[in-house]
Amino acid sequence: MVHDSIIEVEGLTKVYHMSGRVEVPALRGVDLSVKTGEFVAILGPSGSGKSSLFHIIGGLTPPSTGCVRVAGHDLTNMTDRERTALRRHSVGFVFQRFNLLPTLSAAENIEIAKHIAGDRQTDPRFENLLSLLGIEHRLHHKPHALSGGEQQRVAIARAIVNQPPILLADEPTGNLDSQNSKAVLTTLKTLNKELGQTILMITHNAEAAAFCDARTLHMLDGKILAEESTGRQ
Amino acid sequence: MIARNLTHRPIRTALSVLAVAVEVTMILMIVGISEGLLSESQRRSRGVGADIIIRPSTSSAAQSLGTADIPQKLLERLAEIFPEIKITTGTALTTLGNLQTITGVDWERFTEMADGVHYLDGGPLKNQYDAIVDEVYARYKKVRVGDTLNLLNHDFRVVAIVESGKMSRIFIKLETMQELMGWHGRLSQLYLKLHDPTATAATITKIKALLPSYPIYAMEDLLSQAAANLRSMSAQSINVIIGIAVTIGFLVVMLSMYTSVLERTREIGILKSMGASKAYITRIVMRETLAMCIVGIVFGYLFAYSAKVAIETFFPLIAVLILPSWVFWGAFIAIVSSLVGSLYPATKAARQDPIEALAYD
Repeated sequence: MVHDSIIEVEGLTKVYHMSGRVEVPALRGVDLSVKTGEFVAILGPSGSGKSSLFHIIGGLTPPSTGCVRVAGHDLTNMTDRERTALRRHSVGFVFQRFNLLPTLSAAENIEIAKHIAGDRQTDPRFENLLSLLGIEHRLHHKPHALSGGEQQRVAIARAIVNQPPILLADEPTGNLDSQNSKAVLTTLKTLNKELGQTILMITHNAEAAAFCDARTLHMLDGKILAEESTGRQ
Repeated sequence: MIARNLTHRPIRTALSVLAVAVEVTMILMIVGISEGLLSESQRRSRGVGADIIIRPSTSSAAQSLGTADIPQKLLERLAEIFPEIKITTGTALTTLGNLQTITGVDWERFTEMADGVHYLDGGPLKNQYDAIVDEVYARYKKVRVGDTLNLLNHDFRVVAIVESGKMSRIFIKLETMQELMGWHGRLSQLYLKLHDPTATAATITKIKALLPSYPIYAMEDLLSQAAANLRSMSAQSINVIIGIAVTIGFLVVMLSMYTSVLERTREIGILKSMGASKAYITRIVMRETLAMCIVGIVFGYLFAYSAKVAIETFFPLIAVLILPSWVFWGAFIAIVSSLVGSLYPATKAARQDPIEALAYD
């Protein structure tokens, strides 16, 4: 199932300019390669640079230096407009706080991702996916009427409705109890194993990475320190 | 999504809708009252049935009259000299305040020129202190035939109520007016009706040769000129009120959309993370504004028509004419001011940094 690299990062740095003058380095030369169909977990403490790496790979912010290729696109010199297009078609995000639009139902939260991508057609395969996620009977409820686990599964459905090559998950179980965490991780694992979805997950929790049979990378002070493989590389 | 966002904060949306409605109402009412007064005045002038009007040498087309400088004997002389003239009549009029005039008329000649008047109650002027009022004035003052009206510091007996639309709302005998105002043998204006109305221009040329110092107008020319003058005079005040209305609508919509965008910073970040472009975000804000504005316009129309009915019921002397062209312009101005008001919030939303927006609490 594993093919060529879908994410390639070489010598990536990211420096934030605080108050215009103070430079804060968040990434100090990151090298990373993720193959198509891989499940990669990035572990590290707060301030280690996980989120910066996540934001750059997701096209939310540009790199300072280095080379970043995502799904065949070179992000190094991309304009804001090009990064927006990348987010529309090539990556899907799952956040710790679910980030569903509170005024819309679960179904509408999913549909709006299709609408933004310019896709007006119903994909029958997606019905199966909703069944796989176990939320098909909760689609007409608004987020406040759903449990945390259900909200996160709706967010996963929204993230993959346009079939992006890469799913980026930022602490997807950070706001969930153990039971719901397990359900969400099971979902992610199923998506990876059964549908071949490439997933890059940021987590504090080594057990979550192990549960998903993910290749695990450790970050500290803006660098990837070590790699430990679990499962199926 | 637009409907959901608007109904999510119903009070804020309602206030914005109300601001747009007030804007549209103010525009329609100020123009409606101005046009209504003008239209009613013109209708009553046309109702006289004259083709030519001769005014005092010191007057202009738009000036209201409160003097009587024209010798009454001119009426007979003109009739003798110009065989084109079918009927002549003259009036002496003065103002009572509240935009009302009281007109002294030769009732018989006036009704002949106006092709009769429709008596709703009572009959013609006979005695010195008889008065006739039109139905609008009668309704406003709750006057009936037989009642006493104090006009020009004298008690007049109402002898008839007539259908409105002919010259004035209050009529008294010409001789009485001349006596009370000290205008013996003089008139405020002369009305001439021709056998052939198509000969108006030629007849005016001839009369001007005889009376070079008097302003002499074809009735339709006078009405057009007076309308143009009055519109020009009222344009400035109308523009000021429209400007105030537009400013209110603009500011309320801008504030409403600004707070809405601020409150939804995180949601904007979510949309951006899904690949929503700046144009997409701008369109959402603009569409919400437009939807809110359209509802406001509909309410504005309802308020304006309700206000028209209320004004015409409780203040019958004020006519309100809501012109279809201003129904369009009122909506157009409201839409443009609202969209301009939402430009800054929309731009602010579109320029949000997605990472900062997602971190917003």
